Amino acid sequence: MSREIILERVRTALGRSAGQAPAAPPEARVRIPETGVEERIEQFRRALEALAGKFHVAASKQEARARAAGLLEGRAAVASNSPYLAECGITELEGVRSGFTREAELREACATAGAGITSADYGLADTGTLVMLSSAREARMISLLPPMHVALIPREIILTGLDELFTILPNPAELTSSMVLITGPSRTADIEQILVRGVHGPGEIHVIVV
Amino acid sequence: MTAPDKILTTLANPPLQKAVYAATGRLMDHRRAVVNPEVLPDYQELRTAANAIKRHTLENLDYYLEQLEANVTRRGGKVIWCKDGAEVAGFLVRLAKEKNARLVVKSKSMTTEEIDLNEKLEQAGIETVETDLGEFIIQLLRQKPYHIVAPALHLTRYDVADVFTQRLGVERETVIEKQTMIARRVLREKFLAADIGVSGANFLVAGDGAVVLCTNEGNARLTTTAPRIHVAVAGIEKLVPRAADLAVFLKLLGRSATGQPLTVYTSFLSGPRREGEIDGPEEFYLVLLDKGRTQVLADREKRQSLFCIRCGSCLNHCPVYRKIGGHNYPWVYSGPLGAVISPLYQGMMHDSWLPFASSLCGACADVCPVKIELPKLLLEHREEIVRTKAAQGRGRLEKLGFRLWAWLMRHPKLYELAGTAGSVIASGDGGWMTRLPGLLNVGPGKAWTSQRDMPALAAQSFRQLWRERRSRS
Repeated sequence: MSREIILERVRTALGRSAGQAPAAPPEARVRIPETGVEERIEQFRRALEALAGKFHVAASKQEARARAAGLLEGRAAVASNSPYLAECGITELEGVRSGFTREAELREACATAGAGITSADYGLADTGTLVMLSSAREARMISLLPPMHVALIPREIILTGLDELFTILPNPAELTSSMVLITGPSRTADIEQILVRGVHGPGEIHVIVV
Repeated sequence: MTAPDKILTTLANPPLQKAVYAATGRLMDHRRAVVNPEVLPDYQELRTAANAIKRHTLENLDYYLEQLEANVTRRGGKVIWCKDGAEVAGFLVRLAKEKNARLVVKSKSMTTEEIDLNEKLEQAGIETVETDLGEFIIQLLRQKPYHIVAPALHLTRYDVADVFTQRLGVERETVIEKQTMIARRVLREKFLAADIGVSGANFLVAGDGAVVLCTNEGNARLTTTAPRIHVAVAGIEKLVPRAADLAVFLKLLGRSATGQPLTVYTSFLSGPRREGEIDGPEEFYLVLLDKGRTQVLADREKRQSLFCIRCGSCLNHCPVYRKIGGHNYPWVYSGPLGAVISPLYQGMMHDSWLPFASSLCGACADVCPVKIELPKLLLEHREEIVRTKAAQGRGRLEKLGFRLWAWLMRHPKLYELAGTAGSVIASGDGGWMTRLPGLLNVGPGKAWTSQRDMPALAAQSFRQLWRERRSRS
């Protein structure tokens, strides 16, 4: 069997024997800067805008809802089952469909919708990144298939960066089958290195920080 | 074997030269802007850390492979071990038959390029579609990637317009934004109709049993979300022990490749969808490929070539790659990395010219995010090739030349005489010697100087100058 052959080749190459414990790994390198929430929000804004992502601040959930409604401009939209979106009243907006539990229906809706609305589990300040753990509340396609992605997040979930994320989540696989880091709109530069946004994923991304 | 003549065709193609030079130059600029100490003060520290993590992982690889397998299995995925490309194709063809799958979508993977997976699947009657824009274009042209990160780097919008018109039956379109939208439309249909999505892996996290994919377009997300089955194909060297190690590698990969602090999408995937999830693959397979990697692992020095995270930075900074481009290398990997690993995987004497096609300037080692000593490895290859040739009784002339040189060096009077003769012969043209003069321009001397211009020898030698100086004082 190839498994045994390959493992045997590896052990022979390294002079190790089956079941031998590994040497101690290098200590994980963690650098978490001391940064206040206001500064993190500001960093997040700068990083996102540098990528042509759109940043919005809302003083309240009501204001966030109004912002989202303004962005949709009557587009058909799919909202995830995140309780946070319901709290913000997003699911009651006109043209917004939500509460999908079956894949075929969700796929059909996402393939035709003008926008997908989600929350996120974390934000990363230094890169303007949304961290999304897929679950019954957050399906993967909503932030992927429609040409526009609108995310509403509470301000306190914005972390400093990757080091802090992996400190909070040392084993992401314990929580989810899919963690996706989204940093700006989908883009390519494969033809003559000319930047084009919205290749396969959304060409437009809006983050509303509440 | 000598270098292929088609290199001359590349050199004699000004638009191509300009395209490659401009593209790699831009990638160099983008990288420089995000690794400079003002924006990333711990860049060098990150490189050192990345090197240490890779070294540790490979030195304990059997342990981490088993840990990875246990974790993938625990999450409902399945690990398939393959010694070579034929086993990978065999597995996928059987899987496709079993699941009644006719269409496979793929996200960019150099590992599958290595084993000609697309061709093998097509031969078995399975439609296989590349979904990264650059890969999609070169697949339509039936070419190999020109660059690890930018596969269609050598093509212009007009080339793309031609192939789209011919192969997709669309109206001729030369506006890049619109070309991209054509690809989006065509590929969106493929994504939604596909039965199997095949991806590569940028990293495998042993402690989580996870596959990590970094892309900008979103095609890897679609590949791993829309089809019912996700198959990730990865070389066994892709492991890192813990998720926290990604904090080091992700900071280096995007910056080194395209000058992005992070790629747009970074997916951390472990197994099929879980209870309650609405979408995501129902089945997940991780294919682990050896294909010569264990042989490289056995060599303590050459082992470091397995640290590579395929950022392409060494290509962009290589004066040789920038002149000869990506299609004159013997394998799918080009640039300094290709020159180092092609001989390791295809046989040292298979393309024995390759390790010599380097000025050993060291730019590749300076920019390598995991600190692979590429020039040192090239020198080791050279040594091995020369030894092999000597054992076969080849390279006698060169050996004779060096013996003559050594003999001359031990005889100062004769050496000086030779130097005087040299300064007459090699007086050069406008300060440069582009070829040997007259009757001397024959044989190996002619071949050697045909590719090299050297400053002409000075009229007076150092010895003469020294003597004059001493007699003056």
